[in-house]
Amino acid sequence: MVDYAGRGFHLNVCVWPDRVVAAAELLDRNGFALDAVTGMDWIAENEMEVVYDYFHPADSCRVVVRTRVPRSKPEVPTISQVYPGANWHERETHEFFGIVFLGHPNLTPLLLPEDATYHPLRKDFVA
Amino acid sequence: MSAPEVIPASDKPCETFVLNVGPQHPATHGVLRLKLTMDGEYIMRAEPVCGYIHRMHEKMGENRTWAQFLPNTGRIDYLAAMAYNHAYVAAVERAAKIAVPPRAEYIRVITTELNRISSHLVWFGAFLLDLGGFTPLLYAFDDREQILDMLEAVTGSRLTYCYYRFGGVCNDVDADFIRGCRDFVARLRPRLKMYRTLVTDNIILRKRLEGIGFISQEMCRKYGATGPVIRGSGVAYDVRKIEPYSVYREFDFDIPTFPEGDCMARYLVRMEEMAQSLRIIEQAVDKLPDGPVLSSGVPRVLKPPAGDYCFAVEAARGRFLVRIVSDNKEIPYRVRLRTPCFSNLSLFEEATAGMMLPDALAVLGSLDLVIPDIDR
Repeated sequence: MVDYAGRGFHLNVCVWPDRVVAAAELLDRNGFALDAVTGMDWIAENEMEVVYDYFHPADSCRVVVRTRVPRSKPEVPTISQVYPGANWHERETHEFFGIVFLGHPNLTPLLLPEDATYHPLRKDFVA
Repeated sequence: MSAPEVIPASDKPCETFVLNVGPQHPATHGVLRLKLTMDGEYIMRAEPVCGYIHRMHEKMGENRTWAQFLPNTGRIDYLAAMAYNHAYVAAVERAAKIAVPPRAEYIRVITTELNRISSHLVWFGAFLLDLGGFTPLLYAFDDREQILDMLEAVTGSRLTYCYYRFGGVCNDVDADFIRGCRDFVARLRPRLKMYRTLVTDNIILRKRLEGIGFISQEMCRKYGATGPVIRGSGVAYDVRKIEPYSVYREFDFDIPTFPEGDCMARYLVRMEEMAQSLRIIEQAVDKLPDGPVLSSGVPRVLKPPAGDYCFAVEAARGRFLVRIVSDNKEIPYRVRLRTPCFSNLSLFEEATAGMMLPDALAVLGSLDLVIPDIDR
């Protein structure tokens, strides 16, 4: 539990990468909606973070689920079978950060050119 | 001569073809491309292709100071720039613990609601243009012009506003603006009634929109669709009520919902929302407190404490969330912009499967997309 007024969400959960699908299923059963999926590059710790935001359509409750993976092998299972809306968010996170969502049906660039092989939001990206 | 055999739409087609819509097409309102796999006039699969106007605002956030990113926020959804200004400044205020004077909060609410109306008026005109009615656009832009003039007088710009500052707004409103607000409320109310009789009750429009493009509550939840889309499916989800921010708690207003989930429901939600925004503006102008409009204690060089902060607002098209990550430096570590149109468009493929092409374009219009908001 975190302070909503200070941070903007109610519950902050850190899970192992193999538990993100279980977390999504749990929130799905409780009626939560998918807000966004986001990446973050913690280059100093040599880690990548994937952040899943959820909101509830009827209650004032914001849940943030986080997971961290090594930068050398950034792989997380996809949650797009639980939340189809995650499909695009994961494609975006993949192209910006190079994080691979295992089992994703179509992990092609969404916003970048179709032949893009670079990941612009990585902290070591040089244009 | 025997009659040609008619193939029912449910049968497996003998032949399909791909129809390309856009990226330059009047119905896409910007540079969006739709790749439609068609079975005759029926859509089998509609795949939106995005990214034609991608500008990488999130990366720009990482190479300029907290304040220098402010103008970017007005250029994501250019039709509802105020709400985007609001989410970003409020996220930074939350991080740096900056208090905002009450007068500034009221001005923020008034200007955001005026901007919401002007955005809905553009949608109203453009949507009817999509459906083949040209006249309403001219009426809508006439009303919108009044708002643009008023906002230009206080903010200095007509579209891509950059009016809010950390700790308030950059310019106080004057008596002319207050009078303008009151006049505008008095002007738009009868105009909305006229739109009702002129457009909403028109049988041609009703036939075109009723029962077309059903989107269920469940689909909205799974795709994270918000704003008039989720409210047109009967869910009273509005960030202004569910996570009340600024001074929205102090106003009496309703969240219009329509349970039908079709294009008409989404249309009616937006029309009703304009009336609700007028109520908010009226109350806010009456209650507008005196005092400063900018907090005096804001440091020139801002270094918010390290951490991860979110702020969500109800923009004209739905929930807009800003996540900022600070590492206690002058520039943000990460700025994440979760935009409503992105999620609203992502359900398009599922919602339009099996639909006829002109109906799918009506659905596209009823989602009220702003393409720079999707592509960022």
